[in-house]
Amino acid sequence: MSLAYYPGCTLKTKARNLEEPAVASMEALGFNLDELPRWNCCGAVYSLADDDLIHQVAPVRNLIRAKEQGKNELVTLCAFCFNTLKRANLLMKDNAEKRDTLNSFMNEEIDYSGEVKVVHLLEVLRDDIGWGALAEKVKLPLRELKAAPYYGCTLLRPREVAIDNVEDPTILREFLKALGASPVDFPESTRCCGSYQVISSPDDIAEYARPILNSALRHGAEALVLTCPLCDYNLGRAQKELMKKQSGFKEMPLFYFTQLLALALGLGPQVCHFELNHGSPESLLKEKDLLSQSRSVQPIGG
Amino acid sequence: MSVTVSPKRLRREFVKKVKELSGQNLQLCYQCGMCTGNCPAAANMDISPRRIIELARLGLEEEIAGSKTVWACASCLACTVNCPRGFDLSKVMEAIRLLTLRRNIDHMRPEDISPKQRCELPQIAMVSGLRKFTG
Repeated sequence: MSLAYYPGCTLKTKARNLEEPAVASMEALGFNLDELPRWNCCGAVYSLADDDLIHQVAPVRNLIRAKEQGKNELVTLCAFCFNTLKRANLLMKDNAEKRDTLNSFMNEEIDYSGEVKVVHLLEVLRDDIGWGALAEKVKLPLRELKAAPYYGCTLLRPREVAIDNVEDPTILREFLKALGASPVDFPESTRCCGSYQVISSPDDIAEYARPILNSALRHGAEALVLTCPLCDYNLGRAQKELMKKQSGFKEMPLFYFTQLLALALGLGPQVCHFELNHGSPESLLKEKDLLSQSRSVQPIGG
Repeated sequence: MSVTVSPKRLRREFVKKVKELSGQNLQLCYQCGMCTGNCPAAANMDISPRRIIELARLGLEEEIAGSKTVWACASCLACTVNCPRGFDLSKVMEAIRLLTLRRNIDHMRPEDISPKQRCELPQIAMVSGLRKFTG
């Protein structure tokens, strides 16, 4: 089955370790992530000012590309792009006046009124494949890997775009369970990592990250599981600083959820690009015997 | 911080602009402080998010303009989803930032980002940050 797919800028450069294992995993699950032709940057953040329509043009153009392909769903992977595209789509669906203005401004394009549904890859795994069916495809269960889901902001806020319960999300926990891992819940899993503040106040980022990382460690996490390239950058950078500042601070490997998916599906470490990760993930994976491709395949019980 | 309120100091035009850009009814807020309690950036702010709403609806433009609060906001929307009044403070923060940026006063210069950091940063950080901090 072919799914229209929007990658976004970061996934083609800094976060290839988020995209490449996703594409390979979906193929192993029988889905082709079909990249939109002529996609452009979505603008990264949704414009919050009511009179600012020009910044809606970029995300809406991508939605139009999907509509042109005859698709009624657009799959995203970057948490920032998901949020921006989904919010822009809601605007086009719900606000007739702004929709008309934007459509007439883009008069070279076909008219658009929110027909394409914007989804995140985690929703495809949960809603189209299902955790049970995913578990059946697992060839290398991530046994004993104590991984803490970290959601960040943009998959859950605002409420109207949330992929799960805003206060108590479980989607990553269920995902990790399906892969055979041991998810570790911790209360700071939806607390902001500092986001774009890193460009103006890089020295503040360690203090944003400190409560998140300390809480995950206290709850017994051996690794964090991420969905967003900016969370990855900020937390990775903060860990290096905290190792200098806080005695006894232990650096944790940071994984993208798609890397764990590819690993569990038996696609091997090459497709995961662990060399781009923070916190030396390979030593933890070796310790858990998750890098050897020859390890006997075990079905997941229950 | 003490604030003197007098008819002379109120900027009705400012209140009107904030309402217009944010689409928010500033009178909805009953000052419970859930926004401040949930804000991960509150420690970096000189005026708490709750107080920003109070100052904005009083039209105290100077106090707000001199504060670093709106520039410390990461638009994480923790305030928005936790507000018992359905008030979207993230939109008010954006409106106040834009009232400065649209006068061609940038909060930072792209060239202030070190070359090393420029090479390391993911694109979404550069695009989102420069959207928030420059006009």
